[in-house]
Amino acid sequence: MISPNQEKVRSEEDVDFPEFIKALYQRYKIDYPKFYKMDNLCKLAFISSEILLKETGLKQKYSDEAIGIVLCNSSASIDSDCKHVESFVDKANYYPSPSIFVYTLPNIAIGEICIRNSIKGENALFVFEKFEVEFSVNYLKNLLDTGKAEACIGGWIEYSEEGFESFLFSVERKDKLEPNQAIVPFSTEEIRKLYLKN
Amino acid sequence: MGFDTRSNIQNLLNNSSGIQLHNDSSKSQIPFWASLIRDSDINAGFNEIQGDEDFSRLEKLMILSIKDALKNSDVEVTSPKTLILLSSAKGNIDLLEKTSGKPKENRVYLPGLGRVIQDFFKNPNTPLIISNGCISGVLSLITAFRLMQAGVYDNIIVTGGDIISEFTVSGFQSFKALSDGPCKPFDKNRNGLNLGEGVATIILTANKGSAGKHKIQITGGATSNDANHISGPSRTGDGLFISVNKTIKEGKENHIENIDFISAHGTATVYNDEMESLAFTTAKLEDKPINSLKGYFGHTLGAAGLIESVVSLQSLRDNVLFASKGFETIGVTGNLNVIEKTEKREMEVCLKTASGFGGCNAAILFKKNG
Repeated sequence: MISPNQEKVRSEEDVDFPEFIKALYQRYKIDYPKFYKMDNLCKLAFISSEILLKETGLKQKYSDEAIGIVLCNSSASIDSDCKHVESFVDKANYYPSPSIFVYTLPNIAIGEICIRNSIKGENALFVFEKFEVEFSVNYLKNLLDTGKAEACIGGWIEYSEEGFESFLFSVERKDKLEPNQAIVPFSTEEIRKLYLKN
Repeated sequence: MGFDTRSNIQNLLNNSSGIQLHNDSSKSQIPFWASLIRDSDINAGFNEIQGDEDFSRLEKLMILSIKDALKNSDVEVTSPKTLILLSSAKGNIDLLEKTSGKPKENRVYLPGLGRVIQDFFKNPNTPLIISNGCISGVLSLITAFRLMQAGVYDNIIVTGGDIISEFTVSGFQSFKALSDGPCKPFDKNRNGLNLGEGVATIILTANKGSAGKHKIQITGGATSNDANHISGPSRTGDGLFISVNKTIKEGKENHIENIDFISAHGTATVYNDEMESLAFTTAKLEDKPINSLKGYFGHTLGAAGLIESVVSLQSLRDNVLFASKGFETIGVTGNLNVIEKTEKREMEVCLKTASGFGGCNAAILFKKNG
């Protein structure tokens, strides 16, 4: 049932996130001006999904509502939360704005990926202290086994001032795989191995 | 609206609403209509439980809610086969405000909130936490349902909660999404939502014996995304339709004819209610009695799906259809059958829906047995 795919992207020490993510945007020749409006968490999720989707071609094989996205992180939308607080905490400099406030929900990251790719299937955002591989794998397995989804994007997209981390994989039903497609069994063990390798 | 189900239901029967005009500069630069809980009420309820510990407003509400739910069940909260599942859009966001946007303590983060609840009830499992905007409540019930089907736990305590502070008020004000009066779901004069705060708990159990006189089952649930816009709903309702359609198809006995009423999201914004009307029409559900409860509770964000589901379950148990408070004249394209007066009606099946920022949608079916 399975085909986790992932691409490693290394960042140099002490890199500035905005520069780092913009460099990736340019490197992968992505043409999507909405990128510039996104907050850091969404940029991270978006770029990661672009790389993954280019690699796996999910959208060419599955209908809009057959693809699900289930992401996790530990800080929800803390980066934008702080920016929004800054916009109202000083009454002499009061500037709450929809363009910041809209990003104060972590599931917007899923929304951005859906909009870009016209993905309309199952979506969910869980918050854990650390990436709970077993839970993610089981939740995605359940979606695929019950036919709620035919393919899913899963993983961990975390952004806070302490650092950022992105680990995305895709999983598909076995009967939908191409004959010569490289596959890995979809299990907690395999996903954990892939996650720890990075 | 009350600190237990009975008080809430009594208020609904009395056509009372929690929505009032608030003039509170700690939350807003201008007066705003919302359904808020008085700190004195929270503390009065809480003082009976525990003295000194410095729980946040949300933590106190969640603890009170879970305690109340446990009181009426025989679930062992300390058992490893019991899971606590929390749903919240913003968690302890008021703690972040107190430190001017510098996250100084752990409980600002949702796992920190989870740990407080876990420790209070001495449950051995790390609480599962869902933070998916306004569909969090319904999504948490769907997730719990799926976990129960997988047989992982015997009992899942699903608790949804959000508090309202300047964070949310100022944010929605910047969107110009707040109504200038009590909200009017599906009404032609609707002009925005009222925010609300609250917590609700539903316990899912594998133990058929403990469900009381009226067993209610979840028979299906699904989520979807509009893939249209991060803050505006789809113009066609096709995203919500996907959730509703998948949900109805899930159980063998779930045919459209069997649905007795719909508890909609109905925030009373121009676009949300219009979108829902299109989705329900596409699903051929436009004749079903439908209500939005946001005229009583306001929009309680991550708690909405839970609070409104509790009321909907009670509707099934008591065979009472609650009026869609605030509604007078239909003002959406889909010619919905909005409930105008609270009335008695024999019912078995309820479809509950929710939609939220990010284009997410969720739907779930409740069925009463016997």
